[in-house]
Amino acid sequence: MSDVVLRTVDLGKMYQIGSERQAYRTLRDTLVQAAMRPLERVRHPGAATHASDDLWALRHVDLEVRHGEAVGIIGRNGAGKSTLLKVLSHITEPTEGRVEIKGRVASLLEVGTGFHQELTGRENIQLNGAILGMTRAEIKSKFDEIVEFSEIARFLDTPVKRYSSGMFVRLAFAVAAHLEPEILIVDEVLAVGDAAFQKKCLGKMEDVAGRGRTVLFVSHNMAAVTSLCSRAVMLDSGNLAKSGPTREVIDAYLLHAKEASSTPLAQRSDRTGQGSVRFTALGLEDGAGNAITTATSGRPVTVRLDYSSADGRPVHRVIVGIYVRGLYGQPLFICLSRVAQNGFSTLAPSGSIRCHIPVLPLQPGVYMLDIWCKVDEVITDFVNHASELTVSAGDFFGSGKLPPPEGGEFLVFHQWEATEA
Amino acid sequence: MTKIASRAVDDGFVVYERQRGWAALNARELWAYRELLYFLTWRDILVRYKQAVMGVAWAILQPLLTMVVFTVVFNKALGIKSPSSDVPYAVFSFTGLLPWQFFAGALTRSGVSLVGNANLLTKVYFPRLVIPISAVLGGLVDLGISFLVLLVLMAAYGIAPTWHVVFLPLFVLLAFATAVAVSLWLSAMNVLYRDVQYIIPFLVQIWMFVSPVIYPISSIPAGPLRVAFALNPMTGVIGGFRWALLGQQFPPGGYLWISLAVVVALLLGGVLYFRRMERVFADVV
Repeated sequence: MSDVVLRTVDLGKMYQIGSERQAYRTLRDTLVQAAMRPLERVRHPGAATHASDDLWALRHVDLEVRHGEAVGIIGRNGAGKSTLLKVLSHITEPTEGRVEIKGRVASLLEVGTGFHQELTGRENIQLNGAILGMTRAEIKSKFDEIVEFSEIARFLDTPVKRYSSGMFVRLAFAVAAHLEPEILIVDEVLAVGDAAFQKKCLGKMEDVAGRGRTVLFVSHNMAAVTSLCSRAVMLDSGNLAKSGPTREVIDAYLLHAKEASSTPLAQRSDRTGQGSVRFTALGLEDGAGNAITTATSGRPVTVRLDYSSADGRPVHRVIVGIYVRGLYGQPLFICLSRVAQNGFSTLAPSGSIRCHIPVLPLQPGVYMLDIWCKVDEVITDFVNHASELTVSAGDFFGSGKLPPPEGGEFLVFHQWEATEA
Repeated sequence: MTKIASRAVDDGFVVYERQRGWAALNARELWAYRELLYFLTWRDILVRYKQAVMGVAWAILQPLLTMVVFTVVFNKALGIKSPSSDVPYAVFSFTGLLPWQFFAGALTRSGVSLVGNANLLTKVYFPRLVIPISAVLGGLVDLGISFLVLLVLMAAYGIAPTWHVVFLPLFVLLAFATAVAVSLWLSAMNVLYRDVQYIIPFLVQIWMFVSPVIYPISSIPAGPLRVAFALNPMTGVIGGFRWALLGQQFPPGGYLWISLAVVVALLLGGVLYFRRMERVFADVV
C-alpha cells in the first residue's frame, strides 16, 4: 500500500583501513600472510583478527524514500555520503543489512564516466549513454536533444581530448541529463562547469524531480539542496543523524558545521586527501598582521594557513585553494595560489601561507571557508568548513553606507554620474 | 535497461545484500547488458586503430612478419616441416598463428582490462563479466583481418580450402571460449594481485611453446606425452584450424574431447571464481 520505492534496512558497510590504504596486495604478501597465520595463532591464541583496522563507513542506516520524492543527502567530508550512494547504486555490496529498490535506477556519481579522450564527441555520447544504461534506440532518439543541450554541435566530430574542460563537462552532463530512470542517484556533480551551465543543469534536474521521478542528491551546496529537495537526511560518521524537512536538516547541519569549525584544525578528523601536506591551523589577520576574529567589509583581511609536510622535506608543485562559501554552502569565490600574483610552487617543510585580500568585497554576515592543498595534482588535504568567516559592517564605499543585504553577498566598488541631455 | 539483482522480492523490489558463498552465472542479467558489451568492444577496437599510426595495417603485418620469421628460423634453418607435402610451411605456420595471436592478444588485453577500467567499476553498476569478455571480443576483428590475409596467401600458393571449412566457426568458438576462460581467471586475479600483469607476458610466451604453432602435433610422440599436450585447449584449437582450412591430419577425436573438457572446466571455474571475486572489485581496484 505504501509507495516506497527505495528502502535500506540496517545498512552497513565496513572497510578495512589497511586494505583501503594499500588497496591491492601482491601475491607474495598473500602467500606470506597465509604461511604466517597458523604461527600468529600460536603466538596470540584467541586474539581477534585486527578488529581495530575496521572502519564502518556506514552503520545502521534505515532510510525510506517514496515515489517522486527528491531527497538531499548532506554531511561533512567522510560522513559516508559517497559510500551510501555506491551501495544504493549496487556498485559495492553492503557488509550488513540490505537495500530494496523498485524501478529503473541510474546513478551519476561522476560526470563523464567512461569518456575516452581519443574518441569524438559523437562517439562518446553513444558510449557514455550505454554505460549509463541507455539502450541504443534511446540514445538514437535523444541524440539531437543531447547535442543541443551541450552546445557543442560544431565540435561533434572532434576528439574529446581537444575540448576545453568546460566543453567536456557540458557534453558529459548533457548525456546524463537525458537519462530517464525512475530513480536518479546524483553525487556532487554540479560542482563543475561554469555558473550558467550549472544553473541549466539544476533546472534540468528540477524538471526531472518535478515529473514524478525519485531523486537522491548529494551536495555541499545547501542552496541547491534547498531548491531541489523537499526532504533531506544528514549523515554523520556513517550514521543517519537526522532526517526531515530540508530546512530543519540543513539548520542542524549548519549548527554541526559551526561546532566543527570551532574545533582546532589540527584535531579535525573530517578531512580527506592523501596526507603528505596537512594544514595545522587557520587564522585571520588584519592589514597590519594582527590576529582578528572578525573581518570588516571593505578592509583588508589575510587568511593565514599553517601547514607541515609529513616527511619533513620541502614540497614542490603545490597549489593551495580557499573556497569561500555562503552559509548555505553556495559557492561565492575561490582564492587560488596558482591563479593569483605572487603564487608559489615550492614550500618549506613547514610554515605559514598567507592569502591577502586587500579589500574584502563581502556584505556583513557569516561565511564558510573550505581549504585544500594539492601537490602534483593530487589532493593532500581537504577540509570542509575549516573555519567560519564573520564579516562585520565597514565603510566599503567611503560613504558610510552599505546596500541592503537582499541584493546579494557581494559589494562591488562603483560610482555614479548623471549628465544633462 | 532493467537492473536484475540476484534476488527479487515481492512487489518488484530488488534486493542488494551481502552475498555469501559461490554465485552462479547470471545469464539473464548479462543478456540485458549486451548493448554495453557491444559498445565497450566497439570502443576498444576504435581506440586501438585510432591510436596506432598504421592502424589496420598492423593487424595484417603482425602475423605476416611473424610467419616470415618462423619460416626462416624454424623451417629453413632448423628444418621443421609442414606435415603434408602439398602445404608449404609458410601457410602451415600462418594457419596456426591465426588462433594463437587471437588468444595471446586476448590474454594480454583482458588481463589488465578490469584494472584499466577502474573508473567504470567504481562509478557505475553493470555485470563485471562484460569487461573481460569485451576485451576478448575486440580481438575478433584482428582475427577476421588475418583470416583474409590467409585466404590471399592460400590463393597465392594455389591451395583450396577443403570442405572441412564449414567446421571452422566451431573452432573459432572454441578459441573464443578458451580465451574467455583464461581471461576470467587472469583479469580477476590481477585486481587482487597486481603482479599478475607482469606474469602474463611470460605465461603467453611459455604457452606458445607448448602449443603446436611452430611444429605439427604429429611431431609429438603418440602416447602419454601427446595426451599431456592435448590438455592444452589451444592444441585442439590450432589442430582444428589446420584441419578445417588445410585438410591436414587432425589428432584423432579423443584428443579434441580432452581439449574440450579442459575448456569447459576452465570456463566454469573461471565464471565461479570471477563471480566470487567481483564483489570486492569496486573496493580494491
